[in-house]
Amino acid sequence: MRTLTYAQAIREAFEQLLETDPRVFVIGQGLWSPWYVGTSMQDLDRRFGRDRILDTPVSENATTGAAIGAALAGMRPIVVHPRMDFMLLAIDPIVNQAANWSYMFGGQIGVPLVIRSIINRGGQQGAQHSQALQAFFLHVPGIKVVMPASPFDAKGLLIAAVRDGNPVMYIDDRWLYDSVGEVPSEMYEVPIGAGAVRRSGSQLTIVASSWMVGQALAAADELRGRGLSAEVVDLRSIKPWDRQLVLRSVRKTGRLIVADGGWTTGGVGAEIAATVAHDAFDDLKAPVQRVALPDSPAPTSRVLEQAYYPTDKHIIAAAERMFARAERWVQEAV
Amino acid sequence: MYRTMVRIRLAEERLATLVEAGEIKTPCHLCIGQEAIATGVCATLADGDYVWGGHRSHGHYLARGGDLTNLIAEILGKATGCSKGRGGSMHLFAEQVGILGTAPIVAATIPLAVGAGLASKMRKDSRVSVAFFGDGAMEEGHFHESMNLAAIYGLPVLFVCENNFYASHLALLERRRNDNLYQAAESHGMPSARLDGNDVMEVYASVRTAVDRARAGLGPSLLECRTYRWRGHVGASWDEDVGVKRRAELEDWLPADPIRRAAEALIALGTDSAFFRDAEIAALGEIEEAVRVARNAPEPSESELLHHVFA
Repeated sequence: MRTLTYAQAIREAFEQLLETDPRVFVIGQGLWSPWYVGTSMQDLDRRFGRDRILDTPVSENATTGAAIGAALAGMRPIVVHPRMDFMLLAIDPIVNQAANWSYMFGGQIGVPLVIRSIINRGGQQGAQHSQALQAFFLHVPGIKVVMPASPFDAKGLLIAAVRDGNPVMYIDDRWLYDSVGEVPSEMYEVPIGAGAVRRSGSQLTIVASSWMVGQALAAADELRGRGLSAEVVDLRSIKPWDRQLVLRSVRKTGRLIVADGGWTTGGVGAEIAATVAHDAFDDLKAPVQRVALPDSPAPTSRVLEQAYYPTDKHIIAAAERMFARAERWVQEAV
Repeated sequence: MYRTMVRIRLAEERLATLVEAGEIKTPCHLCIGQEAIATGVCATLADGDYVWGGHRSHGHYLARGGDLTNLIAEILGKATGCSKGRGGSMHLFAEQVGILGTAPIVAATIPLAVGAGLASKMRKDSRVSVAFFGDGAMEEGHFHESMNLAAIYGLPVLFVCENNFYASHLALLERRRNDNLYQAAESHGMPSARLDGNDVMEVYASVRTAVDRARAGLGPSLLECRTYRWRGHVGASWDEDVGVKRRAELEDWLPADPIRRAAEALIALGTDSAFFRDAEIAALGEIEEAVRVARNAPEPSESELLHHVFA
């Protein structure tokens, strides 16, 4: 099959959505400048016109609110926040308005809105240019959150998000933009709420999302070399997340590591660990491990930044802790 | 327009009695004294136009043609309410008349109004989008960002500020240096006007011009309509707890009652006194019937607590 990069897959989804649905338009900052959104939207303004690809003033709040109003009036807007950090200026329209709207009016109207927010970290950018805030939105009823890890999902989840009819936050990570994978040329949807097993295994489940999926696969490779069979589950959607898939895997393996690119406290891993403790406690052979960011803002120094971001090494270390504990038990029993 | 104002006034007064009696628990922000603005603005609108409001929007809903019984049922939390008992007084919905939702986060629906105007411009369907908000909303970033967006894209949006001189308990000049709300339009490059918001004909005439302008593709306008709310920020009281100053102000504003002024204008034109009596009797009858039907309407079912989180 044909291969595309992750950024090209996003761009193709935009292109096909704009071609096939006159209600779709894109609004946000930096959309006429590849500098902000990489190649993921390159030349869409030339192809579809600057009336449909609106590069806006520095007004996250009003552009997001305007996208909601347009959605309520029957359009299918995609609002783009090239850095998730700046999207915090639009928390009122996202949380108070879009997420609550259907419920507040008794389900008589939905908000068919996609909020594309980009994690744009690394490069010594520091605390306000690096944040991965997916867990915030996991907490809020009325909004769905997807985090594609592969080019295939990057395209299919964007198409599904636009067609969903509800507010969907689509979070992509620029660290993934150059990754390559098979992408069908036709339009297709990846169902929101469905995870995927990326590698089968029997002794350990690693649940990951977005960029951490690649780290989980690398860790699984390394662990296999040490005789440990790890299963890797790609969440794809973190809200709703695929509870059945995760529970089924944990019931099989009895061990769980959750790898997420956000902060540890109150993070995606906390929610999954709590659910597994609640629903699959008797199947667990070891305490659940979380691999996530330490609870500090992002640093700028190269040395500190390297220490800050979790990678496959952290996942391997978590697995070692789990199995060392098991060995200790065995020794004690002997 | 006279009948509309009387209907809003009497409906609000009836709601006030239900608040006082404890039958209404959801916070009600009454617009008694401000009826001319909703009435004059909505009288200029066409089918398909959008109306956005905030916490004090019973008048907008009724002036635009929202169903009275559904409004009262909503405020009583009933399943038949305009928002199915999920919204209360502050979240009103009437899609058939272009009210796609009101919301009490101050200024929050202003950008939504801009978005509906953007949709209208993209579809070239010449619908006008009206944002109603109070003077307090002009202190929010939402307002200024939205004015700028509407201006640069030349959107068919009307920004209607109902300046009642109070944001909750704080007076206008406790919150800003100058009493010059309408001048905010100048820096955003759009026309504006300061109107006597208690003169329904003046509101109608000025808004008509702004609506025509918007519909013709000539862009947005800001209209500052000066008025006064007779009751408290929320609830049925006459707001005397705010202090003597406000009571003295109210004494000045009561004679400027928009309904009385409209009646005087109609009398000067030779309107028969029976018209005024009939308007009142008809409204009272309709309101009592609406209250009766709403009271008897079913409550939402507990089993539906989690319905509608998604559409």
